Amino acid sequence: MAEQPYGLIATFDTAAGVYHAAESVRDAGYKNWDCITPYPVHGLDKAMGLKRSLVPVFSLAGGIAGVFTAVGLIFFTGAIDYKLVLAGRPFFSPIPAVPIIVELGIALSAFSAVAGMIVLCRFPMLYHPVLKSDRIISALDDKYLIVIEARDPMFSPTQTKALLEKMGGQDVKELEA
Amino acid sequence: MSSNVEITASTQAVLAEVNPTSNPRPILVQNNRSHAWITEKVCGVIEGKTPLWWWVCFAVACSVASCSVIGFTYLVSTGVGVWGHANPVNWAWDIINFVFWVGIAHAGTLISAILCLTRQNWRTSINRTAEAMTIFSIACAGLFPALHVGRVWLAMLPGYLFPVPNANGIWPNFRSALEWDVFAVNTYGSVSLLFWYVGMIPDLGTLRDRFFKRGDKIRSGIYGFFAMGWRGSARHWVHHEMAYLLLAGIGTLMVVSVCSIVSFDFATSLIPGWHTTIFPPYFVSGAIFSGFAMVLTILLPMRAIFKFEDFITPYHIDCLCKITLMMGTLVGYAYLMEFVIAWYGANPNEGFTFVNRTFGLYNWAYWIMFSCNVITPQFFWFKKVRSNFAFIFILTIFINIGMWFERFVIIVTSLVRDFLPSSWGYYSPSIVEILTFFGTFGVFSVLFLLFFRFLPIIPMSEVKTVTPQADVHGGKHS
Repeated sequence: MAEQPYGLIATFDTAAGVYHAAESVRDAGYKNWDCITPYPVHGLDKAMGLKRSLVPVFSLAGGIAGVFTAVGLIFFTGAIDYKLVLAGRPFFSPIPAVPIIVELGIALSAFSAVAGMIVLCRFPMLYHPVLKSDRIISALDDKYLIVIEARDPMFSPTQTKALLEKMGGQDVKELEA
Repeated sequence: MSSNVEITASTQAVLAEVNPTSNPRPILVQNNRSHAWITEKVCGVIEGKTPLWWWVCFAVACSVASCSVIGFTYLVSTGVGVWGHANPVNWAWDIINFVFWVGIAHAGTLISAILCLTRQNWRTSINRTAEAMTIFSIACAGLFPALHVGRVWLAMLPGYLFPVPNANGIWPNFRSALEWDVFAVNTYGSVSLLFWYVGMIPDLGTLRDRFFKRGDKIRSGIYGFFAMGWRGSARHWVHHEMAYLLLAGIGTLMVVSVCSIVSFDFATSLIPGWHTTIFPPYFVSGAIFSGFAMVLTILLPMRAIFKFEDFITPYHIDCLCKITLMMGTLVGYAYLMEFVIAWYGANPNEGFTFVNRTFGLYNWAYWIMFSCNVITPQFFWFKKVRSNFAFIFILTIFINIGMWFERFVIIVTSLVRDFLPSSWGYYSPSIVEILTFFGTFGVFSVLFLLFFRFLPIIPMSEVKTVTPQADVHGGKHS
């Protein structure tokens, strides 16, 4: 039993409810808070004031790495390491290299997109207070949660609770850390 | 975006003049089902007792799959002579079956990637099954190139298939279309698996918590391991959706590139009937055509067995039939265009090959192919056919058969009559080839039955997004 709770947790019944509550929490100036939804609620990222995901940067870097790996691999093996005369063809020509360049580019940019998602979400996450709560089962089914963390500078046990209740949050409780 | 369009007097006048028909968006989850119902229905399949039919099907599928195991064991232990290959046909059912299964895989990627980019929301309830089909087909396809060499241990040595440094200091030949295939198929398999898995993470989280609540620590632990601590956080959804969208974009590139590269196996050779520039688009449309037929073959029974009528509505089946029709017509166009080019190209060898295909020794195979692939899909022009599920099922079986024969016709008829009349021959498969191929349907079914039993067949989190409850603006948003 930690003395300091993780934060406050509130349940919402509808997507619209959590959407409008998220707008209010954002406008109130909270930073360390989160919505827990069973599916990606359309527009909730804007309602929460979240930035665009950085996953594309990972993916692009992976794609470029894939292309260069393919060119390097084919050039090194064919034109430097083991020059094999095949029907008098050039040791390295970009044209027959295209399929492998495309495929390695695709493969590495896809792997990096997923790796980027895993890194940015900090997976695998072995423990999180929300996962210990009884409400997670309904939050991955048909309910919506808002969690405001106690470490947020704006956090106050009474005022934050009042805000969540005012926005229609039900069963606003402290969440054990 | 959200600015409401003011209905002014002038708009009213225009509307009165134009008289637009009402074209409501189709309902994707019928009977106005709640989110809790969706979760219960999909998880119920996994949480319930294993039904008797599953065990019966599993036993049958395992015994069919054993044909492949026996066939491949015999091939590897005895040698490649157990297959019916003989000059000039040294390449037949191994590559035919490979292309057949890889082709089927393509529909899954198309549904998950291209239909995602084009925002076809009806894909949500069928994409998990279609992607599963992709992965299992690639697994079946991969068996053939891996094992047809006979001395499998040599093919798996570093330096033969994969560019790994080895004691001989040799590398694979990157100028060979077969080496391109190694990269294409491995990329295809691994990226499809990732796509499938990423889409499944939220649903695995749901299953983890449901099993935990029921006190099943073992299953909860297994689903939890793969869910990686998913908690439905909006901050995670942003990354998840972006990764999924990127995978869809990458998958779109993949769906057209992989079957094109498979077609290069033939198109880069000089054999008449193979050496044509139409091959990449022809193979891609053929692949998607056969894949959609297989999707329908699987979805129709699945829908009836699991009572998923509310998820897989007649509208879904209708859409699938229309795409099958379009792809089938494209394939028919390609068949005819090959003849036009053979005539217009004025190459006597090319012309002979096509006349020989249609009227030669293997004309029976050609006409099976032509009637199954060109005539069968034309039934889908009719709304009555598209709503008669038993008839659709029968038609898709014909398409599956026809698409196998397409590869048979392309490969065998071009090889049996090569440039040297003295080596002309006739090819027929041995019983080993036939049983091995038959067995892969068992492998495919075993994998599918395991999927039905242990994984969420319908992507719950995605289906919930297309329900009316998910609309935060109550239908007023643009």
